[in-house]
Amino acid sequence: MSRVSDFFAEFIRRNGVTISVYLFTAVIFWIAVLIILPQLYMLDFSFRFNLPPSKIGTEEDVRTLKNYQYLLFGAEGNPNAFNWLHLEVFFRTIWAAVLVTILNLVICYPIAYYMTQVASGGKARILILCLILPFWVNEILRAFAFRILFGLNGPINFALINLGIVSEPVEFIKADVALYTGLAYAYMLLMIFPLYNAIESLDHNQVDAARDLGSPWWRIHWRVVIPHAKPGIASGCTMVFMLTAGALAAPQILGGPSSLWFTQVIYQWFYTGGNWPQGAAYAFVLLTACIVFVLAMMRVFRVSLGEIAK
Amino acid sequence: MSADVELDHLTIRFGNFIALSDANLRIPAGSFFSFLGPSGCGKTTILRAISGFLDPSEGHVRIGGEDMAGIPPNNRPTALIFQNLALFPLMKVWENIAFGLEVRRVPKAQRRERAQELLELIALPNQGEKLVSELSGGQRQRVAIARALAVEPEVLLLDEPLSALDLKLRQHMRTELRAIQQRVGITFIYITHDQGEALIMSDQIAVMSQGVIQQIGSGPDIYENPKTPFVASFVGENNAFAGRVASADAGHAAVETIFGALRGRNPAGLKVGDQAVLFVRPEILQLGAGTQGNALKSKVLAKEFEGFASHIHLANSQGERHISFSTSQEEALGISPGEEATVHFSPDRAIALPQGELAHE
Repeated sequence: MSRVSDFFAEFIRRNGVTISVYLFTAVIFWIAVLIILPQLYMLDFSFRFNLPPSKIGTEEDVRTLKNYQYLLFGAEGNPNAFNWLHLEVFFRTIWAAVLVTILNLVICYPIAYYMTQVASGGKARILILCLILPFWVNEILRAFAFRILFGLNGPINFALINLGIVSEPVEFIKADVALYTGLAYAYMLLMIFPLYNAIESLDHNQVDAARDLGSPWWRIHWRVVIPHAKPGIASGCTMVFMLTAGALAAPQILGGPSSLWFTQVIYQWFYTGGNWPQGAAYAFVLLTACIVFVLAMMRVFRVSLGEIAK
Repeated sequence: MSADVELDHLTIRFGNFIALSDANLRIPAGSFFSFLGPSGCGKTTILRAISGFLDPSEGHVRIGGEDMAGIPPNNRPTALIFQNLALFPLMKVWENIAFGLEVRRVPKAQRRERAQELLELIALPNQGEKLVSELSGGQRQRVAIARALAVEPEVLLLDEPLSALDLKLRQHMRTELRAIQQRVGITFIYITHDQGEALIMSDQIAVMSQGVIQQIGSGPDIYENPKTPFVASFVGENNAFAGRVASADAGHAAVETIFGALRGRNPAGLKVGDQAVLFVRPEILQLGAGTQGNALKSKVLAKEFEGFASHIHLANSQGERHISFSTSQEEALGISPGEEATVHFSPDRAIALPQGELAHE
């Protein structure tokens, strides 16, 4: 207990009373009011029946696991053992998010390596600008631009047909190519910057030393660069995975007619279905699944939470 | 196996800047060769050209008689030890040493065995399972050498590897490096700005300044017979006296200095009237007027005590520090700052050279 009070005394001595009070209030407000409180509210929602406002607070307003049951087993009278309709969407979303994360890593790692270890300062800065500027365009506009790009009459099909590579336009949107590309692009910066930070701190002499000892380029990456960049890779992958699994706009706009994203199901419960408790339950299942998945992956690749924060 | 290294009209430019200008030399197989010069003189450029990280703008690098043009660093029979060592911090010590073998797809059991042998060679047995960060500076140094030796290079290149160590360790490692070189018998090419290191370890030294090789020779040779004022002033301590040549014969020249005419050897064949610099090493200056002339008298500026000797600094006519020499403690007793002192030296040990660039302190 005395260590805690010592910490506060030291903190106030160092920063002054005004700044200390401001920092504590701001942090507590942010964590408690903006994050924990609404989430608790939602969590509570997910364990209740969907009642009209007049019945809220009456004896009918009791807690239930029905909303979670629904995701697993569907409505009563469902002829199947499980609610495959939604479960399939759920697992496909997680799987697709994994694929998009891997795709993103494969695209961003060489770029980050080039920016930090190969390009000179000026070139690297221009490259960073080129990466950041497109993100001034808002998400919806960017998604629609991809839709046009990958459309049946879009520039890519136009080019492919005129170059004689294909004879019929390719259905990129139906095949989810547009969706995966759009998602990968949407969160690219969140992959690039952790990688950039991690690889930048690598002493280039280590790359040269490995090369001098006879190592081919791929082994230099496998044994020297990637182990060094592991915390950055973990950090970037976590963020991209979480955000991709929770994305709404891109799947809404770029998804093929048959590929529903789990967030779209949640959205439908909240708005079209008007069933907030059901939507909240679905959202919490997605959140928990994502966290468990990320923690499991961190265990597999032996990364600690502390390293990710670096 | 050991190979000789030949630089043939090697020139390296960065844009308009000439980092290395027309270097020609042959380093015999199995020798310890040093490039000595101040920072920015082009010595690291030479090393990077030999190891393959830099391509020559002109000329050739030959190792064992074979032109290295177009051969990348990983395919050259050289191994480079980096200034900051560049050990792999995430690998164990033995994995560091065995990395070159891993690259060559040597089976793991053999790699371990070879790492063990090398750990014994560098007197670090049983340290293989540690991380590099758990070793001391001198131990890391030796691991870097072992890592380079593991790939059995014909030429080992060392880029100021001792500069990060403290004085005692550095002195110890000099002897150790020389001993390792003689044990493994391969060519060592060593880069340093520390003349002490170069003199103690090397069979031959190339002294460099501003991208130009000034002189190549054995340690005693470049110390006793410098060819240029730069070499005379960079290698060891030297007192420089500038002036015109007052008289000259085949063996000696007298230079008219602010202390009068002083005589030294004349290997460059200076003629009367030439602008020259007379170099007098501190250890040849002796107190007293002597019998052969060549004496000078000046005010004592300072006396510094350093255990085995005292260093005496004499002033020039402007009262600035000009001449330095060392004496035994007994002799130093008779000297105090502010008084005048007379010193003399043998003309056979001083050397007169044509005027030219001096090394900056």
